[in-house]
Amino acid sequence: MSAIRFDDVWKEYGDHIVLERITLEVAPRAFLALVGPSGCGKTTFLRMLLGEERPTRGQILIDGVPLQPEPDADRGVVFQRYSVFPHLTVLQNVLLGRELQHSKFLGRLFGAAKKAATDEAMALLAEVGLKGHEDKYPSALSGGMQQRLALAQAVMRGPKILLLDEPFGALDPGIRADIHVLMKRLWNETELTVVMVTHDLSEAFRLATRVIAFERNRDRPEERERYGATISRDLEIYPRRTAQLRAVAPIRSGRDDPAEQGA
Amino acid sequence: MRLINLRPSRQLAIYMAALPFVLVAIGYVLGSEARLAENPNDKLLPALSTMAQAVKQMAFQLDARTGSYLMLSDTIASLGRLLSALAISTAAALVFGIVIGLLPAANAMLGSFVSVTSMVPPLALLPILFIVMGLGENSKIALIVIGTLPGMIRDLSMRVLELPREQLIKAQTLGASSWQIALRVVLPQILPRLIDSLRLQLGPAWLFLIAAEAIASDSGLGYRIFLVRRYLAMDIIIPYVIWITLLAFLMDFALRLLQRKAFPWFASVRAE
Repeated sequence: MSAIRFDDVWKEYGDHIVLERITLEVAPRAFLALVGPSGCGKTTFLRMLLGEERPTRGQILIDGVPLQPEPDADRGVVFQRYSVFPHLTVLQNVLLGRELQHSKFLGRLFGAAKKAATDEAMALLAEVGLKGHEDKYPSALSGGMQQRLALAQAVMRGPKILLLDEPFGALDPGIRADIHVLMKRLWNETELTVVMVTHDLSEAFRLATRVIAFERNRDRPEERERYGATISRDLEIYPRRTAQLRAVAPIRSGRDDPAEQGA
Repeated sequence: MRLINLRPSRQLAIYMAALPFVLVAIGYVLGSEARLAENPNDKLLPALSTMAQAVKQMAFQLDARTGSYLMLSDTIASLGRLLSALAISTAAALVFGIVIGLLPAANAMLGSFVSVTSMVPPLALLPILFIVMGLGENSKIALIVIGTLPGMIRDLSMRVLELPREQLIKAQTLGASSWQIALRVVLPQILPRLIDSLRLQLGPAWLFLIAAEAIASDSGLGYRIFLVRRYLAMDIIIPYVIWITLLAFLMDFALRLLQRKAFPWFASVRAE
């Protein structure tokens, strides 16, 4: 639930320009889908937003404040693979964010604090359809269930922005449809601004409030290095989608600051 | 059918695994009988009964001079050195491996130093160790540590670097500090790999142990072998070698078992 602003952002690797002249305002609680051909800088865009890469020029602002140059708990992420920790069970994976938040030295909770966090994690696991799988290791889960777990893990920590890097790209169509339903519900019931990179146009239009297409305007071989991709289309989905008022029993955010009412 | 597709059945596989051992044993017995038939005092390939007699004397009869069971006290002395050295190596490798693998600054400072030190031939340092630390236990333990530690550090830091980038990013988005990442993400995932590393270093560790004991010692399995070598006592040397091999094999087996039981998630991660 944060406004994001890209202010004339360029990304270059040496002489190679990947992205140029990216200026973009994203409203709080938007669901932004980024589409475009391979190698057009969608993932670079996401990595800059994550804080993993720095823009070469320009700046990125979140709620008017320049972005920290490293990932932090304000921005959750789900990758296509390796998003969950293989050495932790399903329940431990979801608990991890809370344990790291409240136990600075050991990174583990005990007693009543652990009990409370566990109850919350179990409720969240039930929400994402992983009830009964708490004690399994991720390798025992199907691809779709692993991504559900990754979503639950990210949401448990209560990020303001959720970044998705082709999260459902490796899933079967049926499973993908199920997880779309879940994704929509999470977006409605938490206070997230979502930015999703996807190859799947129908997915982009089904989920997002706004679809951004990246494209290289000049793609002749001799021009490739010197001209980066830029935003070629910026489509608001019509009829306009907005996040629903939060449900009666919303998924609780782990943030300490009070969320805006009816955001 | 192609050879690469021919798989022995489970039972056949067991027989096939046993075959080389049986062949070596048969070969030894035949050779021993042939030599003893020619010269009953031949010491090179003693008969099984002679070796059994030697084992009985070394392992189960009190030695009159020292008042102890020689094979037992040798084993205790050697294992004490080996295990304390491996404990030092393992603990140090764990700390340095994680620090070098996780912190780019530590990697920049220590990475090439470790690579260079791992190329120093440890046995060439043995005289220095004897001069500096004396002929006691410390120099032997130090030799094993020097022989195994750089390799383990290198191995472990590479394992840390091999962890998917996504995991470290994800941990940061869950609010983890560097310390918390080391403690909750990297350490538990490195422990099973540490066992692999330790298994690989068992061979070198035994090598350096026997070498150090052979050169200057008054107890230990290697000391005993090199002592009785003067009398061509093959009836003692051969059982000792078999005993050392068995100990090393059991340690390897125990580590493998520990890895499987303590880290049930690891098999599928490694399979990827």
